[in-house]
Amino acid sequence: MSQEKNNIKEFFKALPKNIFSGFVVSLIALPLCLGLAMASEAPPIAGVIAAVVGGIVVSIFGGSYVTITGPGNGLVGVLLVAVTTLGLNGTYAAVICSGGLLLILGFLRMGKLADYFPSSAIQGMLAAIGLIILGKQFHIMLGNKISRETSIDYLLEIPSTIGDVFVFEDKGLLYAAIAGVLSLAIMVFYPKIRNKYLQLIPAPMWIVILSISFSYYYELVLQQPNPIHPDYMLSGIPTLNEIITQLPRPDFGGVVSISFISSVFALTLIASIESLLSIKAVDKLDPEKRRSNVNKDIKALGLATIGSGFLGGLNVVTVIARSSVNVNNGGSNRSSNFFHATFLVVFILLFSTQLTRIPLPALMAILVFTGYRLAAPEKVQKIFYIGKEQLIIFFVTLLVTLKIGLITGIVAGVGVTFIIHIVINKSFGMFFRNILKPNVLMFKEQSDENGTYYVSVKHFCSFLNYNKLKYKLDAIPEDKDVVVDFSMCEFVDHTVMENLHDYQELFLKKGGHFEVVGLDMHDTDSAHPFALRRLLPVPNIFKSNLTKRQTNLEALAKDYSLNYTSTKRKDTHFLDNFMFFKTKKINHIYNQITGEKEDLLMFDIEFSEGEFIAKEVVRSTMLHIDLHRTIPQFTLDKEGFLEKVYAFAGFKDVPFEQHSDFSKRFYLLGEDEKAIKNFFVNDLVQFFECNPYYHVESNGNSLLVFSKERLASNKEVKTLLNFGKRLREVIYKTPS
Amino acid sequence: MNLKPFTTIGIGVTFSPNLKANISEAARLSLFFQAKLVLIHVGDKTTDKENAFKTFLKPYIDQNIDYEIVFKTGDPVDVILSATQEKDIDLLILGALQRETFFKYYVGSIARKITRQAKCSVLLLINPSVDRIACQHIVVNGLEDPKTKQTVTTAFYVAHKLSSDKITIVEEISQQEVAVNVDDDKSLRKSTIVKERLKLREDTRVKKIIDDIPSEYKSSLAINTQPIFGKRGYSIGHYAQVVRADLLVMNAPVKTSFWDRLFPHDIEHILTELPTDVLIIR
Repeated sequence: MSQEKNNIKEFFKALPKNIFSGFVVSLIALPLCLGLAMASEAPPIAGVIAAVVGGIVVSIFGGSYVTITGPGNGLVGVLLVAVTTLGLNGTYAAVICSGGLLLILGFLRMGKLADYFPSSAIQGMLAAIGLIILGKQFHIMLGNKISRETSIDYLLEIPSTIGDVFVFEDKGLLYAAIAGVLSLAIMVFYPKIRNKYLQLIPAPMWIVILSISFSYYYELVLQQPNPIHPDYMLSGIPTLNEIITQLPRPDFGGVVSISFISSVFALTLIASIESLLSIKAVDKLDPEKRRSNVNKDIKALGLATIGSGFLGGLNVVTVIARSSVNVNNGGSNRSSNFFHATFLVVFILLFSTQLTRIPLPALMAILVFTGYRLAAPEKVQKIFYIGKEQLIIFFVTLLVTLKIGLITGIVAGVGVTFIIHIVINKSFGMFFRNILKPNVLMFKEQSDENGTYYVSVKHFCSFLNYNKLKYKLDAIPEDKDVVVDFSMCEFVDHTVMENLHDYQELFLKKGGHFEVVGLDMHDTDSAHPFALRRLLPVPNIFKSNLTKRQTNLEALAKDYSLNYTSTKRKDTHFLDNFMFFKTKKINHIYNQITGEKEDLLMFDIEFSEGEFIAKEVVRSTMLHIDLHRTIPQFTLDKEGFLEKVYAFAGFKDVPFEQHSDFSKRFYLLGEDEKAIKNFFVNDLVQFFECNPYYHVESNGNSLLVFSKERLASNKEVKTLLNFGKRLREVIYKTPS
Repeated sequence: MNLKPFTTIGIGVTFSPNLKANISEAARLSLFFQAKLVLIHVGDKTTDKENAFKTFLKPYIDQNIDYEIVFKTGDPVDVILSATQEKDIDLLILGALQRETFFKYYVGSIARKITRQAKCSVLLLINPSVDRIACQHIVVNGLEDPKTKQTVTTAFYVAHKLSSDKITIVEEISQQEVAVNVDDDKSLRKSTIVKERLKLREDTRVKKIIDDIPSEYKSSLAINTQPIFGKRGYSIGHYAQVVRADLLVMNAPVKTSFWDRLFPHDIEHILTELPTDVLIIR
């Protein structure tokens, strides 16, 4: 009972933060919903309806914590086909049926559909969806509406559309194209600008705000009509009243037709795959590292999809970009999803007429960027590193999806993967004989005090039977030690290796250990290229010379008699405990400068924030000081306007009555207020008051110091190093 | 309790490269268990054959082994089964075959039929050897089953006679008994608690069985228990392979029907993939 009360208390305590993050998410969701619906050739409001219904239903019935639901980009390709073959009302019927199917899948605990597909095939399918979106919307973005047979035709015509822009005779179309290009530029360059105030509003919302103000500028200041061609303006945003009074009548007439059934299956398949991938990715971002109940979420998504279909909305899926924005803005439970829906309703209620001032090319630029991100060349590069055969799987899936359709594409991907596995192992029998065998043994070692979990896998482990391994691994608490032994396993595929890597990260973050053993034997066995390539780091072929900055750093290190290495370091778990990295993904650290005793470590770091189109890659220079003693956990930063906004949203500042200047200028955050007050003695407070500002963070026994979210110059490196050394001295003098 | 479970040991012999090794193993076991050895040959009786068998048995005849050679023609399965009954054999030794790679063994169709139909205990040898290889670690199943008590006791008897170092009793607990599906953190905690409870329950049950075993069998033997959550019959084989056990002792299957072969369970899994030498107690 008391725990329940506590939960309610916690919930209300976190509510302001969740309202705030729900608001920020709704800012990015609004343009995305409109754009995704338009790209699917459904009325733009259909996307918003999906997000609202999804946000409300899934926040009540769902099983995940920080995910945001709404119309997904993966479904654009399928919906497009559905709308053209079944008509709008037929599509709504298909949406409703796919919702029902999802619901059934959830009840049958089959929500884990995505586990049965090889990851390269899924990558290929997603890339194909990206190209479908990009191919179609690119033309609208440049003010050239065309209609072609297949997705490939759209892609092939991109160069001629670009050429057309320069010979536009109609000024309206030219303006439309300019709006599109500018919007695309905003999407591309926004993540590169690290300005707190600018970042408060997501890029897609900037596009909306700027284009609406542009239209008002013409109307009110110049007293001229909007120069953008009226055909290229967003149209048909109904008011809330109209949505409720003019419900669509889903047309179930074609239920038995093949096109209907295949649409329903495709919608269900893609919806479940997209949702699962998103849930998995978002779980990784969750600062509290909770595990989502996938089947419960699938059920909720199914229910939401049914509701959305009846109200004239699209499929509801879990979406990655919006969810990551949610995490980054402090969303901590499902209520943020609910508030994101609420704010969307408010927007439609208040601004439904203003929304028609958004030019279509601007919205489509957001989608073109989305499509590009799905099919980005880096992905191909990454897959190539894993293995050439993965590239074959990827491209077969991609091309078949583009040429024929999504279902055929994924089936082809699975087929090719299986054939490749047979060819590599030169054996079909191994798969045939062993596929149904319960090949995974898991037991907790009785003799061992800590109770290490031992998992042994026999025969083969690939996407075909990965679910068996996953089932066992899921039953192990993440703070325990696990050894996965493949020594009796003849073949391990890439899908499994990739998933094991995810488990490894998860266990490390939750305080456990996850070790994979027994693959050394496969090393010498040429029949195991997947395992091989996953295990060995990619050799650096281009041993590049040091850059100017690196030589400077080297000289600096020598000057101060410190050690310098330029190599990338991937194990960065010593940073996991810092609040700053709770919602961020560290890629690697490099250019390390260490002191004699290695308790001072200065490094350049590359980390990313958010996922997918909301992803921002940041490089920065930081200093890590190992204190060899326990101090309270805290975060100290410059106090500014933004922090005041955050304070409203429920982030707490530790006040210092006797140091009002320090309190005013610094923003100090921490759980244990008393310990922090004791720790910040006069000397320390004065030290911070009379030195330059740095973001200083303590994780309990070490400090992280950095100033800006960019790489530091040579001089800044010196100052930072000096600051760190002196700070360490001051802290050593404080009473422990 | 039967303190001497094996009084007559039978082995089917044919002229194969493994003949000498098979006879050696069987003879050694007969000496260990102080049992009579019966060689069963499917075929006509000739002096040549008899002499051949006797030369292989020579070192053991010197140690006063009690033996008999049976010659009988007919279908191998029928011959061996009928001889088993006639001669009152209570332990039948069969050799296994190797598949593809060096490490994989399976039971051939004849041996498999015999295993299924035999009324006595069956020992399946994967790697018979002429010289003795010590049997150090024995794994025995501790299923919740009326036969388990006898099986475990026999395993201890064998361990004692072969002077093994270690015996592990494996309790296979099927997933259905846990009855909690792991979906999120909460259900994971719940299932971990349920498993812990099941483990305790199984441990107490097995402890009781061990307590009833004569202490002379238990001395100088390290006894372990290991609960495993997994598919019955399959996971114990996998476990025996993982811990590199020298002998796996198992209950006889309840019954084997056509369906069991289509959807193999319990012993059938072991027969298709012998993890080590397997002793099936009847």
